[in-house]
Amino acid sequence: MLKQAIENLGNHTIQGVWRIGFASRFFLSMLLHSGTAFRRFGLTIREMYFTGVLSLIIILVSGLFVGMVLGLQGYETLQRYGSESALGTLVALSLVRELGPVLAGLLFASRAGSAITAEIGLMKATEQLSAMEMMAVDPIARVVAPRFWAGVISMPLLAALFSAMGVLGGYLVGVKLIGVDEGSFWSQMQGAVDFEQDILNGVIKSVVFGIAVTTIALFEGYDAPPTAEGVSGATTRTVVTSSLVVLALDFILTAFMFRGLN
Amino acid sequence: MQNDILVEIEDAVFGYGARPVLKGINLTAKRGQVVAIMGSSGCGKTTLLRLIGGQIKAGQGTVRVAGESLGELDRAGLYRVRRKMGMLFQFGALFTDMSVFDNVAFQLREHTDLPDDVIRDLVLMKLHAVGLRGAAQLMPAELSGGMARRVALARAIALEPSLVMYDEPFAGLDPISLGVTGNLIRRLTDTLGLTSLVVTHDVQESLKIVDYVYFVSEGVIVAEGTAAEIRASGLPYVHQFVHGESDGPVPFHYPAPPYVDDLRLGAQSA
Repeated sequence: MLKQAIENLGNHTIQGVWRIGFASRFFLSMLLHSGTAFRRFGLTIREMYFTGVLSLIIILVSGLFVGMVLGLQGYETLQRYGSESALGTLVALSLVRELGPVLAGLLFASRAGSAITAEIGLMKATEQLSAMEMMAVDPIARVVAPRFWAGVISMPLLAALFSAMGVLGGYLVGVKLIGVDEGSFWSQMQGAVDFEQDILNGVIKSVVFGIAVTTIALFEGYDAPPTAEGVSGATTRTVVTSSLVVLALDFILTAFMFRGLN
Repeated sequence: MQNDILVEIEDAVFGYGARPVLKGINLTAKRGQVVAIMGSSGCGKTTLLRLIGGQIKAGQGTVRVAGESLGELDRAGLYRVRRKMGMLFQFGALFTDMSVFDNVAFQLREHTDLPDDVIRDLVLMKLHAVGLRGAAQLMPAELSGGMARRVALARAIALEPSLVMYDEPFAGLDPISLGVTGNLIRRLTDTLGLTSLVVTHDVQESLKIVDYVYFVSEGVIVAEGTAAEIRASGLPYVHQFVHGESDGPVPFHYPAPPYVDDLRLGAQSA
C-alpha cells in the first residue's frame, strides 16, 4: 500500500518534471521558429482576429460592469471619509494597475486560450499537424508561432480596452448616476495616475500574462492526447492552469513593481 | 537497375518503448510500381509507413528513399526528402479551416514562389485529375468521406512527388468510391510515373491495382509476390487473409484462459 503510494508519487513527479521540460523546449522552439510569423505577418493578423477581435465583446462588456461596480463600491467607501472626489483616482488606479490586466488575462484564458487549445488539439487528433509535417512544413512555425504572437500582441490591447471601458463605467455610475463632481473626477485621476508607475507597469503585466496564457494554451493543445477526452481534458487544464498562473504572476510582478512606493 | 529502386528498407527494427512492432523488415519499391503492404489491424503496417515518411526512426537497419538514408538526415534534410513524397492519411487530414482549393494550393504556396494565377491553374488541374474541379470552393466539412480522400490525394500530388503513400485509402468507402479511389491510384501512378505505397487490408480492391504485395504479420514480412502469386499462395496466413476466413493462423479468439475454467464448469462436475 505504502509502496504503491510512493511509486505513484514518484511517477507523478517524473511526469511533471518531464512535462515542464517538454514545455520549455516547446517554448524555445516556438521562439526560434517565429520567423514565419513576422515574415508573413498576414498569418499573425489572421490569428489576432480570432484571439483578439472575437474576444472584444466579453472584454468590453466585462470592463464596463467592473468599472460600474468599482464606481458604486468606491463611492460608498470614500464618502465615509468625505473624499468622494477621489473616486476617479480609485477607479483608474484599480483598473490600470490590477483589474485591467488580471481580469482581461482571466477572460482571455477562458475565451481565447480554450479555443486555441481545442483547435490545436483537434488539428493533432485529425492528423492535420502530421499532414503538415509530411508536406515538409513545420507546424511550430506555420501554426503555433503565429498564434503565440497574435496572443502576445492582443493581450495588452484587450487589457487597455478593458481598463478604458472600466473608467467609462466608473464615470457613468460615479458622475452621471450618483453625482460626483465631473471636474474633480477627471482632474484627480489625471493628477494621480503616473504613466511609468501605473500605465506602463499595467502594460508589462498584460504582456507577461499574454505570453503565459498563450504558451499554456498552445502547449496543452500540442501535447493533448489525440482523442475526444484528451482534447477536452487539455482545454480544461488550459483554463485552470492559466488562471492560476495569471494570479500567481500578478502577485510576483506586483511585489517587484510597487515595492518602495508610498 | 539500382536507380529503379525508390524505397529500400533493410532489416528495419522499431518498437514503442519495450514493445517491438517491426522486427526486421526488408522491402523494396521500384519507380512506377503500386506496392501494397497488407496485414491485419495492429500488425505494424502504419508504423512501417511512418518509418518511410521519416516520422519515426528505425532502431536498427536502414530506410532509404530516393537514395537517401532517412536515419542519417537532420530535420532540414528530412524536409528536403519529404518534398519528394506525398502522403494520403486515412481520413484525408484536410485542413478544416481552408477550402478545398486552398488545401490543394497549400504546398505550392509554402514551397514555391509561383504567381497566384499559375497556382490557380495548377490546383484546378490537380482537382480535375481527381474529378473534383467543381468542388474547389467547398469547405472540407461539406465533403463526403470519399471526396475528402480524393481532395487529399490531389493535395498529395500537388508538388509532383516521386512517392505517394496511402494509409488505408479504402477504409469506410462505398463500392463506387472504392472503385474510383483504386482506379485513381493506378492511373496517377502510371501517368505521373510515381511510386505508390498502399497500406491496406482491403485485399480484393487492392489486388486489382497492385504490382507487388508484402504481407506483414507480427512485425515481419511473412509473404510477398505479385497479385497473381498472392491469390495462388498456399501459405495458411495468406490464404486466410485473401479469403477472409474467420479462423486460421490468425485466431478468432483473443488469448484467454480455457473456456471451461472461465465458466467454472470444472468445479461443478467435480
